[in-house]
Amino acid sequence: MREYLVELSKYIITFTVALYALESFLIFRLHDKKRQSISYGVQTGLIFLTQFFCFMTLYCKSGDKRYLFFYLFLQVFFLTVLCLTPLIYPSINRLLLHNMCMLLGLGFVILGRLSPDRAIRQFCIAAAVFLAGLFWPALFRKLNLPHQTYYLFYAVSGIAVLSVVLLVGKLTRGSKLSLSFLHVTFQPSEAVKLLFIIFLAAALCQDVSFKRVEIVTLLAALHVAVLAISKDLGSALIFFVGFVFLVFLATGSYLYLGLGTLGGCISAVCAYFLFPHVRVRVLAFLKPFTYIDNQSYQITQSMFALGNGSWFGTGLLNGRPEDIPDVITDFIFSAICEELGVISGVCLILICLNCFVCMMRMGMGLKDSFGRLTVMGFGVIYIFQVFLTIGGGIKFIPLTGVTLPFVSYGGSSILASITMFMLIQSIWIKEREGGSTRGGKQKTAVQKKKKP
Amino acid sequence: MAENKKQPYKKRKNRNIIAVTGFFALLFVGMIGYLVWFVALNEKTLINNSYNSRQKLLASQNVRGSIYAADGTVLAYTDVGEDGTEARVYPYGETFAHVIGYSTYGRSGVEEQANYYLLHTNAPLALRVINGRTGTKNPADDVYTTLDVGLQEAARKAMRGRSGAVIVTEVDTGRILAMVSLPDYDPNRIEELWPRLMEDEESGTLVNRATQGLYPPGSTFKILTALEYIRENPETWQEYTYDCGGAYEEGGSRINCYHGSRHGEIDFEEAFSRSCNAAFAHIGSGLDRESFAATLDAAFFNNTLPVAFPYSQGSVAPLETLSADEMLQTAIGQGKTQMSPMQLNMITAAAANGGICYTPYVVDRVVNCEGTVIRQFKPSVCGRVMSEEESAILRDLMQKVVEEGTGRGLSGLSYTVGGKTGSAEYGKVKGDSHAWFTGFAPVEDPEICVTVILEGAGSGSEYAVPVARVVFDAYFE
Repeated sequence: MREYLVELSKYIITFTVALYALESFLIFRLHDKKRQSISYGVQTGLIFLTQFFCFMTLYCKSGDKRYLFFYLFLQVFFLTVLCLTPLIYPSINRLLLHNMCMLLGLGFVILGRLSPDRAIRQFCIAAAVFLAGLFWPALFRKLNLPHQTYYLFYAVSGIAVLSVVLLVGKLTRGSKLSLSFLHVTFQPSEAVKLLFIIFLAAALCQDVSFKRVEIVTLLAALHVAVLAISKDLGSALIFFVGFVFLVFLATGSYLYLGLGTLGGCISAVCAYFLFPHVRVRVLAFLKPFTYIDNQSYQITQSMFALGNGSWFGTGLLNGRPEDIPDVITDFIFSAICEELGVISGVCLILICLNCFVCMMRMGMGLKDSFGRLTVMGFGVIYIFQVFLTIGGGIKFIPLTGVTLPFVSYGGSSILASITMFMLIQSIWIKEREGGSTRGGKQKTAVQKKKKP
Repeated sequence: MAENKKQPYKKRKNRNIIAVTGFFALLFVGMIGYLVWFVALNEKTLINNSYNSRQKLLASQNVRGSIYAADGTVLAYTDVGEDGTEARVYPYGETFAHVIGYSTYGRSGVEEQANYYLLHTNAPLALRVINGRTGTKNPADDVYTTLDVGLQEAARKAMRGRSGAVIVTEVDTGRILAMVSLPDYDPNRIEELWPRLMEDEESGTLVNRATQGLYPPGSTFKILTALEYIRENPETWQEYTYDCGGAYEEGGSRINCYHGSRHGEIDFEEAFSRSCNAAFAHIGSGLDRESFAATLDAAFFNNTLPVAFPYSQGSVAPLETLSADEMLQTAIGQGKTQMSPMQLNMITAAAANGGICYTPYVVDRVVNCEGTVIRQFKPSVCGRVMSEEESAILRDLMQKVVEEGTGRGLSGLSYTVGGKTGSAEYGKVKGDSHAWFTGFAPVEDPEICVTVILEGAGSGSEYAVPVARVVFDAYFE
């Protein structure tokens, strides 16, 4: 019986993940509270089922007892997140919370399969960050995050941190990405990313005059320039795209959007000629099999993983995802496709997209312009980062080497991702709970709008 | 802008939000589409890459599947010893060397084409569970080919050890029934033979001459020259006459008939059936080069061949730039023109089959260890070489070759044959020639198409035709 379950589990996992993804989009169409809560219940069940079958496979195939303990701790964590949080904050956005857990869960499974020690480390960080994040909404209720006049402060501190990394940072494969302090390595660009969006939202939430946009452009360009000099081009690209879209969303001006896109294209061409490693990435993208021995070794190994996995995957521990260099940070998606199947991979992409759509809808529903821009800004940089890492891993676009939020290994990445989601929740909870009459009215207005 | 400043959060801004959301949603739909397309298209080819370590992993989990002939005769299987050592065994030794290939020291032939299936298992779950418990390897899937052991053996024997190739295909499906290439080797002993095969560059034993060998087509090319002439003169080609004095001269260049024969006063049909070089040089000099180039293009010249075997691309010099002399040479299949036996076989099959050419294939189906069909391959059309009317005319012309011309060695049998011989001169020494024959039978309703080449053997009618006859006999007996 157990063997049959292990053999069948890859199909069951595909099914639960697919059903979850479907459910997450169907919820958008539900306006009835009761039916919504049924859907949320189903989603919660699917998260736990997926976890169960993944860890059962891992344990049965490897016999490693660590998986049992890891599984138990994880379930306690998810129970806390999924059941306790809505009790504390009834108006929390459940869908976003569920998506976060599903992504974290899949991440822990595949990390646990690739490197159990690192998975446990990652879990500790995630749990700590989330517990801290639980206080964010409470803090936000009391506190009015200073904005408008403080945007300069956000921008300057962001640039300052990035400059420190540039000056004293550790060199990782030619890029200066991280700071080492008391044996703890930290990648500040992940956190500065959030600060950057807050800066943009603060600067543009009330004043979108040409002069203000000019100042914002200058400050944003400084961010991007420092990152480019550090050769952290993936982050530079994310910052840039966040800037362009947030200016567009704040001003509604297609002219700015056009100018931004044009500027982006020109800088991309410049980067191609300035940085040798950009040329290498483009070369590896265009002719992967010609340079299979060196430049495109990573990407071809990732392609092999996708091909080997096929629709339903090889099953956990049956593939060779560990052959891809940097699999736990940059190519986690290919590892998931190989062992859990491309169908599960596609569903994972859909869940990420669902997070984005969810954030944009929240943005639409928010009345406070600062919160509104922050949420949507977070949404844009989140989805763009997903696009960069998955698109790069499957050779849809040249490789940039950024992490997949919630799924990839990396303390800074998980810290920034969870903080980002909890900040979004805080803004959402504050608006819906604080000034209940205003929030209530506005919510019905949103619902009415959707009906026709 | 000023308006925006006063009321920055008007409802119309929701449109912009929807636009941004839609933009990213589209981007992601594109990405998902690409991923699905990529996996659907490349899944099976990626596993064959030697940089892909997953082959070894699969080989350690599954016992490589067997390869069968169409009638179920075993052509290759893996013998597992009591201590678990595996050996790949080819019961027919050299006979299927090139078409089945080898799987140690790299891979070739069916072993390579079907490698994905031979590595993966679709064994029933119950068996896999039991094997998992006892630590036994699972049987990978088996592959049935379209090959016919009798035809293959007959063809190989008829070649009597001379270098060359024979291909037999089914006309209206493209199934490859036999594919022989000589010299060959014993795939059972590939490890032992490898160093010698690598050193010996001249004989090219590892080369599958049927698909990778490139030869001057010689008179077999007249099929295409004739096709082009008929295409340009659909009403009047039958009125063509030529007085052959053994050679055709034009502007200082001279084309001789084979072994200096003089054909005298002949019409188009006789020129073709008796393979008169002079007449065809004359015909060639008058052809529209642009139109001829298009005809050759459809006949796979300077083009890819839709076959799964490694092959060499047939080539013809760009006709528009040829000198008068080179054009005459090209028209009779000499000059710079080269083609593989596979390509000629496909052209012949098209002539026999109303102008339509089927993709030649050798892997018929994949079955799991219990015989359940996992994947069935079906015939597929790969192009139209000529119209149905043109094909009917060519069939008649080729029948005349056998009845009255250079292919008489195949006349008066229990079945009717249509074909074309060729004696393709090569090298510097005058008279050295490759013996070609390509043809089909029965003429009334063609079933199989046979192409023979014997390197340096002499004339096609003398050496290639008897080989073809053995093959036809074996098929129709």
